[in-house]
Amino acid sequence: MAGMELLSDQGFRTDGRKPNELRRIRFKKGVFKQADGSAYLEQGNTKVLAAVYGPHEIRGSKGKALHDKLLINCQYSMATFSTQDRKRRPRGDRKSQEMTMHLKQTFNAVVLTELFPKVQLDIYVEVLQSDGGNYCASVNAATLALIDAGIPMKDYVIACSGSFVKDTPIVDINHLEESTAGAEIIVAVLPRFDQIVFIEMNSRLHEDHLSRVMDQVMNGCKDIFNILNQQVKDELCKKAAIDKLVDAG
Amino acid sequence: MADVDLSEPEKVYILHSVQENLREDGRGCEDFRHMEVETGLISNTNGSARVRLASTDVLVGIKVQLTPVDPKKPNVGRIEFFLDCSANATPAFEGRGGEGLASEITAMLTRSYSCFSAIDYTSLCLLPGQQCWLLYIDILLLECGGNLFDAVSIAVKAALFNLRIPNVTMTKDEGGIELDVSDDPFDFKRLDVSGAPVIVTVNKIGHQHVVDASEKEEACSLAKVMLGITEKGTVTAMKKEGSGSLDSESISEMIESAKNVGIELNKCLLNILKEEEAKIEEPVGFLR
Repeated sequence: MAGMELLSDQGFRTDGRKPNELRRIRFKKGVFKQADGSAYLEQGNTKVLAAVYGPHEIRGSKGKALHDKLLINCQYSMATFSTQDRKRRPRGDRKSQEMTMHLKQTFNAVVLTELFPKVQLDIYVEVLQSDGGNYCASVNAATLALIDAGIPMKDYVIACSGSFVKDTPIVDINHLEESTAGAEIIVAVLPRFDQIVFIEMNSRLHEDHLSRVMDQVMNGCKDIFNILNQQVKDELCKKAAIDKLVDAG
Repeated sequence: MADVDLSEPEKVYILHSVQENLREDGRGCEDFRHMEVETGLISNTNGSARVRLASTDVLVGIKVQLTPVDPKKPNVGRIEFFLDCSANATPAFEGRGGEGLASEITAMLTRSYSCFSAIDYTSLCLLPGQQCWLLYIDILLLECGGNLFDAVSIAVKAALFNLRIPNVTMTKDEGGIELDVSDDPFDFKRLDVSGAPVIVTVNKIGHQHVVDASEKEEACSLAKVMLGITEKGTVTAMKKEGSGSLDSESISEMIESAKNVGIELNKCLLNILKEEEAKIEEPVGFLR
């Protein structure tokens, strides 16, 4: 792309961020009343809603039930107006189906599935506005929704993306960087165990650079974790304080 | 829709309270529930709005696109409705589960906007016989708490109010006329929505009828009439739904109350939208 520099000579990206800087993260848990758990999350201009239903009895054919653990059912869909060019279908296309599978795998790794045999948990993710990092925002929002629903989990799952531009690793890439920078690495981790539950790379990247990008992305995940965890804890403390007041009469 | 299972005494309670013009949540028969309207939340769209009516939550995004005119109507622009029932609202909508409801609502919307005075369709036509704007009105149903049709139509009207159509400059070339869509975000025109209808649903419960029924009340109602009503009180569309039947006298009573409510609703909505637009703060959306 001529005339467009993803990383300026002064070391700033197109949206004014430094290479290791995240986009602004804002979120709210419990946006819906009817769902068992829900969350809304913004990472820059990427906006995602997640809802969790269950654990409940298996819907549809009972044959799907797993006798020793919880069945996690996911659906990823994008609003038709979420992308720059209008999408014809909100779900059912290859990309959404792949994303659904990815989400399923990710959350199977972290939810304590053996506690709920023969039942089902639904995780629904809806992308309202997409500006790169859809998978990451979806995972982060779904984690918050699961916390809101009180589903037992080993840890948070936090996802972050990264790329490599001008000999510099960059994190939390937006749509422009996603489509022009070349390599894109997406990682989902359990931040407190330093375990990777999902990793994907598109396009090519020299092996020598891989570890540097990975380190940067892992740091990005840690940063996101700290942001989310801080607010979740604060809210919980506030709630506990109010409950205490109520109990004390 | 989360299934509402009401016992017989609960139904009787709702029925009796409606007869007394004091509904179970304290409203009168022609009162709406609390509603929040917000516009301009989705920056990827040309116009967007979110409406939260009690626990019914609707998000609308409009995208405009240049397209060849419909040869049968060469002088007007086109609009297209698309509704997606998000599984966030209820697991029953997963996959293709919401398609039935979606087509029902879009059919009603298309019908009420097919009236020629609803919006200025001729202003959407750029080159008569050749090019016009196509408005993709995409609706996302995020939570169902009763009275979906009304909430959707209010959100659509709000999004149309918020709609910013980029200006187009036309230059004559040797091959024909070239259209150049402005990419300056402040170079746009607005659409006049004063003729746009909102849908008012009137539910018959017992001998009385109510507007803006909650899910519980919808479960007690055997028949409802939906009307597209403009600010002036013109009826642009009408439809009866439900398993029960109505006599013509009660239908005309229902139309009368729908008209009164619709005129008031349109006025309030326009006032709120104008007030909101005067504010400078960025929309809070779901973070509220």
